[in-house]
Amino acid sequence: MDKSDIETIEIDLFVEAMARRHGYDFRHYAKASLRRRVAGMLDALGCTTVAEMLPLILHQPELLPSILSNLSVPVTEMFRDPPVFKALRTEVIPVLATYPRLNIWQAGCATGEEAYSLAILLAETGLLERSQIYATDINDAALAKAEEGIYPAEIITKYAESHRLAGGSLDLQSYFSMAYGFGKIDPAIRAHVSFAHHNLVADGVFCEVNMIVCRNVMIYFDTLLQNRVLDLFGQSLVRNGFLCLGSRENVAFAAAGRQFATVNKILRIYKKTGGEA
Amino acid sequence: MTHHPLEVVVIGCSAGGIEALHTLLPALPPDFPLPVVVVIHLSSGAPTLLPQVLQTGCTLPVIEAEERQPLRPGCIHVAAPDYHLLIEPDHTFALSADAKVNNSRPAIDLTFISAAEVWGAGVLAILLTGASADGARGMQAVKARGGICIVQDPATAQAPAMPAAAIATGVADHIAKLDEITGIVVSLCCISDR
Repeated sequence: MDKSDIETIEIDLFVEAMARRHGYDFRHYAKASLRRRVAGMLDALGCTTVAEMLPLILHQPELLPSILSNLSVPVTEMFRDPPVFKALRTEVIPVLATYPRLNIWQAGCATGEEAYSLAILLAETGLLERSQIYATDINDAALAKAEEGIYPAEIITKYAESHRLAGGSLDLQSYFSMAYGFGKIDPAIRAHVSFAHHNLVADGVFCEVNMIVCRNVMIYFDTLLQNRVLDLFGQSLVRNGFLCLGSRENVAFAAAGRQFATVNKILRIYKKTGGEA
Repeated sequence: MTHHPLEVVVIGCSAGGIEALHTLLPALPPDFPLPVVVVIHLSSGAPTLLPQVLQTGCTLPVIEAEERQPLRPGCIHVAAPDYHLLIEPDHTFALSADAKVNNSRPAIDLTFISAAEVWGAGVLAILLTGASADGARGMQAVKARGGICIVQDPATAQAPAMPAAAIATGVADHIAKLDEITGIVVSLCCISDR
């Protein structure tokens, strides 16, 4: 048995410890990514093996937030994949515009960039005033950053190009108040985004929504968990509600995917049909 | 000495990689018995027609590696742009949108390491032309578990940095020109151990 075989055992023990000590169930996460992330936090915790992390998980609950934030590495940007936001603008927004009130759920929001991108899209299409975006994540450290809505100026400049490619009408900087090399999101945008802790593995429906945006979250789950999440999305969406996934994700592998019809195959936009799962 | 049968071929390349793959992949015979996984760096925003581009001249089918899809013998699976490509213990693909590694997504290191974790000594890893040091760590992981490492001779590579970085780690079993590499691959996978 070599080091890699031993690490496989250690990862199993890690998952067991997280579930039984803290109630966070990673059993149905895709194994390869989970292993990478667990191994990736060794340095930060001053450990050389995953086994050395186990006493910390069991006996130092104050480390939980940092462990969780390492496990759900927040990688997000504003207007990532501009064609998707352009398609939302042209294919989805006209339908959303027929609702007198709009609830939108962005699941797996990390540090908030995508939630604010959606809010800006709604502002530019005249729908923001009637909209509420619920942006959720299990990573409290990321949520705290998202709540602040403060991003480095050079990153905002980088996002501005994506925003333009997504069909944005104003300069992206105009949605931020810029100072000291940072930009803070406009309070008028911020007011329509609520950030909250929600765990797709364990938590249930919290409101009825017209659109769910959940991009590059389910790729980290196994088929069983994908099925659970798609069921949860189906229960949360109004009939004909939209579901927007990451550019290489699809609903075909899970039985619960049958309740969704394709709106835009290339850009992975779906809608809930009347049928049951 | 017993030889572990090879179970998968993983190929990594960057700058100059498409040309190199156009030499390497068509040389694989139609009855090639193993799945082949190709990771190539592309500038983000590049068209995603890579499988079609690489299909030219190949007898084996070339398809994009999709999440949850099982690896198929005799099939060339190409990593999707802007996602890391990993392999699950049940021999299906998993994608990751985690941060870039070696300034790249997909990163060759991650696919090679993941293959080594799943197949151990059953991995045949090939590193071709490229301008970064991506792949060197992955080759070390493959070697550490008993897999076989083939590196393109930097003198014959359009961009020598990547093969040179891997060779510097001392893990190369073979350092060869492209046409020699195909000969080695075919003899390792199609004749000896099987």
